[in-house]
Amino acid sequence: MTTDSAGRRLAGALHRRPRLRLGLLLAAPLTWLLVAYLGSLAVLFLSAFWTTDPFTSDVVRSWTTDNFRTLLSAPVYRTVALRSLGVAAAVTVIDAVVALPIACYTALVAKPSRRPLLVVALLTPLWASYLVKAYAWRIILANGGPLDWALGPLGLHSPGYGLTAVILVLAYLWLPYMILPIHAGLEQLPANLLDASADLGARTWRTVRSVVLPMVLPSVAAGSVFTFSLSLGDYLAVQIVGGRSQLIGNLIYANVTLNLPLAAALGTVPVVAILLYLLAVRRSGALRSL
Amino acid sequence: MKLSRRARITVRIIAFLGLAAIYLPLLLVLVNSLNADRSFGWPPRQLTLHWWTDAWASTGARAALWTSVRAGLGATALALVLGSLAAFAVHRHRFFGREAVSFAVVLPIALPGIVTGIALNSAFRTVLQPAGIGLGLFTVVVGHATFCIVVVFNNVTARLRRTSGSYEEAAMDLGATTFQVYRDITFPLLRSALAAGALLAFALSFDEIAVTTFTAGAGVQTLPVWIFANMARPNQAPVVNVVAAVLVLLSVVPIYLAQRLSSDTK
Repeated sequence: MTTDSAGRRLAGALHRRPRLRLGLLLAAPLTWLLVAYLGSLAVLFLSAFWTTDPFTSDVVRSWTTDNFRTLLSAPVYRTVALRSLGVAAAVTVIDAVVALPIACYTALVAKPSRRPLLVVALLTPLWASYLVKAYAWRIILANGGPLDWALGPLGLHSPGYGLTAVILVLAYLWLPYMILPIHAGLEQLPANLLDASADLGARTWRTVRSVVLPMVLPSVAAGSVFTFSLSLGDYLAVQIVGGRSQLIGNLIYANVTLNLPLAAALGTVPVVAILLYLLAVRRSGALRSL
Repeated sequence: MKLSRRARITVRIIAFLGLAAIYLPLLLVLVNSLNADRSFGWPPRQLTLHWWTDAWASTGARAALWTSVRAGLGATALALVLGSLAAFAVHRHRFFGREAVSFAVVLPIALPGIVTGIALNSAFRTVLQPAGIGLGLFTVVVGHATFCIVVVFNNVTARLRRTSGSYEEAAMDLGATTFQVYRDITFPLLRSALAAGALLAFALSFDEIAVTTFTAGAGVQTLPVWIFANMARPNQAPVVNVVAAVLVLLSVVPIYLAQRLSSDTK
């Protein structure tokens, strides 16, 4: 058959030329990622140095650093940028503190036969929609909502919509991303290390502080990459439960249609922060445990 | 681990409270979809299935669901092809810039969705629109595929790393051509990894809102975009509540499929 022998010839030709094979394999994904994605990112950040026509809002391609100067000098941008970094840091710390005991339970304390089920219980909420979870909190935190109802008898009430609610919701959304790496890290912890620590006379708290914590630190760092970068880029949770407070994502969103160059300049803030954070975490070797 | 009794109990209580805190909001969504009160006051005084029949009739929600499914399937198909091509290249070949390829694959998911969204938006408007392709479902699929490549790539590279090349070498020694080896040896070995990657890619696409907002044309509404647009409208609240409840219930499906997949590979 001619088609079969043609296929055979093509296969042979490919087999003899590994560079050609490599080229054919890489052509499509690299065109996509380098040209379509990285290309448009590059143009976006280039446009941060452009400006807009004040009347038509059209982008004018004249070189200027005005956007970055505005970014650094206008107090509102500085405040919002610092606030966003603060929110991302707070979410990361809260998640680490909450995730550690939970992961301790699922990886060390719970009966081994129950552990796979617990992991499924931690994974399931990750598949539930982001918006649905944020919406649930919008209901919970509402004036006269479930939280007010639950806290009422104690004389307390819901924090309402605002920055506290944003931190709470983001910490809730990204908590599984912190628990799972720590759980995986604790599972790999050799049991005899803990026994040795106990044999040397260390009490529980001492063992946790001197053995467990240093060993799971890379896992915490790996989880923090998710909690930090996901929080820093978020603009939806703020729109849903943030009331009138704003984060850097909202400023980007607000400027997209009227002043794209300024939005692009604002966009460099989370991108640079995330890249710096990734580099710092990579130096600690935590990304290898992902 | 030799933890003191008190420490064990403390850890157990905290873990129990933590898991309860994770699940209570989801449970609340389910209960609220049955709340008979029009203004959804809390606690619900009466339960009803009325909103569920209302939601079933909501054309907006159904159209949005269908759009989401089509966008998810399109993005998954593209990500499967591009992700496995890149995985083969990185795993089977040594070349200059290999690390950079792995990095470029991860970048779309590491950067904030809004940045990816506006970058693609301005690129589409300057490159595709003059060519007659406006923003629409197609651009949504392209945008979603960009950040879905990474999950297929990761799953396939992990599987390639664990399987030895000796089956393929044996097949080639027996005279099989490159394509025959792929069809009869490599693909069957990769099948469950590809399925896991596809599952994750579809879920990522189905849940995405930031990139969708900036790549969808007028009139193209995926389910998350529809929920977000209707969340603050009191007259749509009953339908939004039911849609939210359905999405919570549906999140069990991928977990079940993932369990099936992992038991297949063992």
